[in-house]
Amino acid sequence: MYQILKQIIKTGIKTEPAPQANEAMRIQPQLLQQKILDTFGHALNIRLVDAGSCNGCEMEINAVNNAYYNLEGLGIKFVASPRHADMLMVTGPVSRHMEVALRRTFDAMPDPRLVVAIGDCAYDGGIFGEGYASCGKVSNIIPVDVVVKGCPPTPVAMMQGILAAMSHFIKE
Amino acid sequence: MPIIHPGLQLTPLHGAAPAWQGFIGQDDLQPICRSVCDSGGRLVALWGSDERASGPGFVLHLVLLNETGLICLHLPLSAVQPAYPDVSEIFPAAGRMQRAAYDLLGIAHNGTDQRQWLRHAAWRSGSFPLCKDFDAVQSRTDELDNYPFVQVAGHGVHEIAVGPVHAGIIEPGHFRFSVVGEKVLRLEERFGYTHKGIEKRFESMSLGQGAKLAGRVSGDSTVAYAWAYAMATESIAGTTPPDRALWLRALFLERERIANHLGDLGFLGNDVAFSFGLTQFWILKEQVLRNNAALFEHRYLMDTICPGGVSVDLAESGKQILLEECAMLEREAHLLRNIYEEHASIQDRYMGTGYVAPKLAAQLGLCGLAGRASSQVWDARVQFACAPYDQLDVRIAVHHNGDVAARVIVRFDELFESLRLQRKIVSKLMPSDILMLPLEKLPGNGFGLGLVEGWRGEVMVAIHTDAQGNLARVHPHDPSWQNWPVLEHAIMNNVVPDFPLINKSFNLSYSGHDL
Ligand code: SF4
Repeated sequence: MYQILKQIIKTGIKTEPAPQANEAMRIQPQLLQQKILDTFGHALNIRLVDAGSCNGCEMEINAVNNAYYNLEGLGIKFVASPRHADMLMVTGPVSRHMEVALRRTFDAMPDPRLVVAIGDCAYDGGIFGEGYASCGKVSNIIPVDVVVKGCPPTPVAMMQGILAAMSHFIKE
Repeated sequence: MPIIHPGLQLTPLHGAAPAWQGFIGQDDLQPICRSVCDSGGRLVALWGSDERASGPGFVLHLVLLNETGLICLHLPLSAVQPAYPDVSEIFPAAGRMQRAAYDLLGIAHNGTDQRQWLRHAAWRSGSFPLCKDFDAVQSRTDELDNYPFVQVAGHGVHEIAVGPVHAGIIEPGHFRFSVVGEKVLRLEERFGYTHKGIEKRFESMSLGQGAKLAGRVSGDSTVAYAWAYAMATESIAGTTPPDRALWLRALFLERERIANHLGDLGFLGNDVAFSFGLTQFWILKEQVLRNNAALFEHRYLMDTICPGGVSVDLAESGKQILLEECAMLEREAHLLRNIYEEHASIQDRYMGTGYVAPKLAAQLGLCGLAGRASSQVWDARVQFACAPYDQLDVRIAVHHNGDVAARVIVRFDELFESLRLQRKIVSKLMPSDILMLPLEKLPGNGFGLGLVEGWRGEVMVAIHTDAQGNLARVHPHDPSWQNWPVLEHAIMNNVVPDFPLINKSFNLSYSGHDL
């Protein structure tokens, strides 16, 4: 136990300041947190569906939860059920074999709901394109609110995308 | 000669991996497989190709491995009703590969399990996407997948169906558990959800585009795939990349191993409710990723390896950064290892959980890091050390207990070994301005193989070119093909709540398997 406590103290706080939603919006994390509270209840909950990615995007989504980016510290967390989710994050080109599962996940979410497409594949099919087994971009299957490009997008870009989707929603 | 069989003529393949190829007939297939198996060899990959345009029909390809190297066998099949004798009785790992080869190409095997494997409902049964005359539009179907899972009957037995969409941030797949109370009697896996047609896609690509696609077969192993692909192209072209490029490739491969092992060690803490471990290891992983971005322009080193060499160099100033990183990681990971080993509640969950006996591992062909945790002493960096590994003297990490604890120990040992290698590579890296001998076009009717020991296990890429030297068929093979079926055994008689932990201790690829 002593070792653990020593290591925790030595590590200190690694979390970096949250990025801006985007330049035009300039929402401060605190302000945003208040807005999240007002709009979504206690926090924003995200459900992720890998609709056929290469797993590269998933690695960066996992990184968003590490101590440096600490997404959960902003009141944004990943949940296990679409019924608990306010936002659907989708990665990958949508494989034909995941098409039904993606639609069902989307349909299971309560309104209001947001969809963020993560990565070049989700944006336009990426390197996999469209083919006999790939439906290509996410918006071919469900409506998309925000797209975060990159292969894979960096954690900061993802956070900006999440924040942009939310502030867009809050403004409406 | 790696194997002796009456009438079998093997010719060496050029390239970094020691490999031979030869043509065989229907009657040779099982005896050759049997003799390789009996002498301790393994099956690496099995795939087919449609060569009706240039030859008599289809061809089945198998890559076997013994202590001398890779043996690639080509078995010509007829154009109408192509079929071959089952080898899954000899190499159980062949079962799913044979089923996938049928789904994609229509080449039939006479194994006992005739169910589809990669095909769900994206194309109709009886049409085969890797045939050159496949018509995607005509083959569409709107049926839903109705896969006949094996039913377990008995008093109190019930099923738990999980997936394809999982609760966490992971790839999609389906697990069907048959349980009594908490205890798992049987697990049956169903994959293919992330099948997106990668192999077909290769066939319309240039050599350079293909390198990018190979780097995205499984994003967590982008370096291993890109290197195996490049190695296969160089094998066909008969070229060898510049020395510095090879050393940099090894540096990238070890950095990929370091990053993945750090991430897994964190997850393996988290799965036993030790979130301190997750936080700490992911801080370390993030620092590696940031150094990657600063030194090599990509956090995961995607597109750094291309046919003929590498596309980024290590600046002189970068050496110091890497050496400091080594020192920091060694210090921190040793400390964390002590904490993991002395924390009773962690060890209690790890020990004896998800056990794979060495004998079973050998029988099923368990490979890579999971294989090494069950006494399977294979590591391509050691047995088939290509440059620069022939000068690095890699120490293989082996453990005999075959449980989650052993797979954690192997990860720690490999992490420290990779750090040692990184140090050695940085200190021995010779200056040179040449990083690439560009390869733009391959010779016609060529065949080449690449084999790389990725962090998960052996990654193989095979390339066939057509008469003009274009990519006619590319087959990437992930070690997960071998290891997924073993997970079905590892979970037996464990409790359902230990599944995430056992699964993570293997950490297998879905995308690399589904293609
Ligand atoms: S965008 Fe890149 S990293 Fe993400 S799924 Fe596509 S290929 Fe993989």
